Amino acid sequence: MENLANIQVIQNIVYIISSVMFILGIKMLGKEATAVKGNYLSALAMFSAVGITCLSLEIDTKIILAGVLLGGLIGSLIALKVKMTAIPEMVALFNGFGGLATFLIAWSQFNEPSNSMFQHVLIMLTIYIGGITFSGSLIAYGKLSEKLKLGKGSMITNVFISFFYLSMPALIYVIGEPSISQFIPQVPSYFLIFLGITLIAGIGFVMPIGGGDMPVVISLLNSLSGIAAAFAGLLLLNNVLIVAGSLVGASGLILTIIMAKAMNRTITNILFVGYASSNQSSSSEEQGEVKPITSDDAYLILESASSVLVVPGYGMAVAQAQHVVREMGELLEENGTEVKYGIHPVAGRMPGHMNVLLAEANVSYDLLAEPDDVNPSMDTIDVAIVIGANDVVNPSATEEEGSPIYGMPIIEVHNAKTVFVLKRSMSSGFAGVQNPLFFRENTRMLFGDAKESIGQIVAEFKD
Amino acid sequence: MEMYILLGFVLLLSIFLGLELIAKVPSTLHTPLMSGANAISGIALVGALMLSSAGQMQDILAFGAILFASINVFGGYLVTNRMLSMFKKK
Repeated sequence: MENLANIQVIQNIVYIISSVMFILGIKMLGKEATAVKGNYLSALAMFSAVGITCLSLEIDTKIILAGVLLGGLIGSLIALKVKMTAIPEMVALFNGFGGLATFLIAWSQFNEPSNSMFQHVLIMLTIYIGGITFSGSLIAYGKLSEKLKLGKGSMITNVFISFFYLSMPALIYVIGEPSISQFIPQVPSYFLIFLGITLIAGIGFVMPIGGGDMPVVISLLNSLSGIAAAFAGLLLLNNVLIVAGSLVGASGLILTIIMAKAMNRTITNILFVGYASSNQSSSSEEQGEVKPITSDDAYLILESASSVLVVPGYGMAVAQAQHVVREMGELLEENGTEVKYGIHPVAGRMPGHMNVLLAEANVSYDLLAEPDDVNPSMDTIDVAIVIGANDVVNPSATEEEGSPIYGMPIIEVHNAKTVFVLKRSMSSGFAGVQNPLFFRENTRMLFGDAKESIGQIVAEFKD
Repeated sequence: MEMYILLGFVLLLSIFLGLELIAKVPSTLHTPLMSGANAISGIALVGALMLSSAGQMQDILAFGAILFASINVFGGYLVTNRMLSMFKKK
């Protein structure tokens, strides 16, 4: 008996040490110079916390070994095989699995014979958050990998959405069930029904949210998986689960807020409303002729430019143009041109998406600038090259008060001397708003696949 | 009950600590931070290992929780590391 108590003391001490390592790890992860070490430290914390837990196990060792080995194998294979362009959906998928794990933990706790009222409430909350994280992340995975095309407005989506709203009273019912079952007849197997509703609700939560709002959704799901783990920690009375889970919850929350701010929208608006369809924007006075340009002419202008700003968007990811963009950047620098990259926080489909793509293509990270860094000196830029970005460079956000995106901070490329817009067609961006930038006096449209267009410019430079 | 209040206190303090720690992150690191935090949420593995074994159903649930948390942990850390190794300053 004394032996067991000793083990518990040792475990708790190691849990505290792990918690400190998690805290330092996540802090180091927030700075470029220390990020790699921070990740190692946090992995070490995970290793110690898991290892020390193995001192007192009730489950059959075979089950544990099978689970850890199989899970480790699957996880490692996915992580090492995945292409860097598929990172957004990978993060969503792993996040969903974390949510599923807490969901199953809480389910298992529900089957334990003696739960106090408080534990009962915690179990239901953990199941709810974990379940929504799981199925919501799966839908986010489907949307990001473009396997799932269903969106807002379809009949099926509406059915799922109604389950999402149904899940809230269901949650209240299951929380109160032990006390109210004395007064009203118990719903048979209410718990299993609740599990089902929760999973369907997660689908309804993410399904109506459009691709351009994905950075917000992914951050939020990330935050939720942490909160679910922290709740599971309360349930199991385990402090390292609480600390690590809360840290994840907080970091996800911060990213969510940063993303929402970068769109000048509230989180509720993003999750439950979406962009209002705007009919009035076609009345914009700046409609007119667009001025197309060929790669040859673009090359001539670029050759004589002394400063160039590249503004990438989701289109660069789709066209897989990051490598050829880097090549162009290097050739321009050899030619004596100053090259910078203007990265909008919500460009792409997850926080920092463009940064990852450009890093993959070997672009030095000190060349990447945020909107606040590039906007004040925009009028000194000779050429701004917009590659597959649209809403984040739409001047309506600063000039046209009725526009749905009015007030959103943008990269003000329209103030540059010349703007090249690389685009497949004249279709509007995710927000469905027409972009007056395309009709500006200083704008030249370079139609076609971004990778091919830039490839031609690169070829001209090499000649 | 006192135990819960104490742990609830730990929970709140950790959230505030997290908010302070991460408040100013350069946008270059948004994705690695998210992915790294995602790996940490695999701490659910510790919770899964604490489950008790009583009957087949409980074993299945424990196995599932361990399996999926392990995928989260291994996959999360490796992907973060891969990503961070690409970030270079010239």
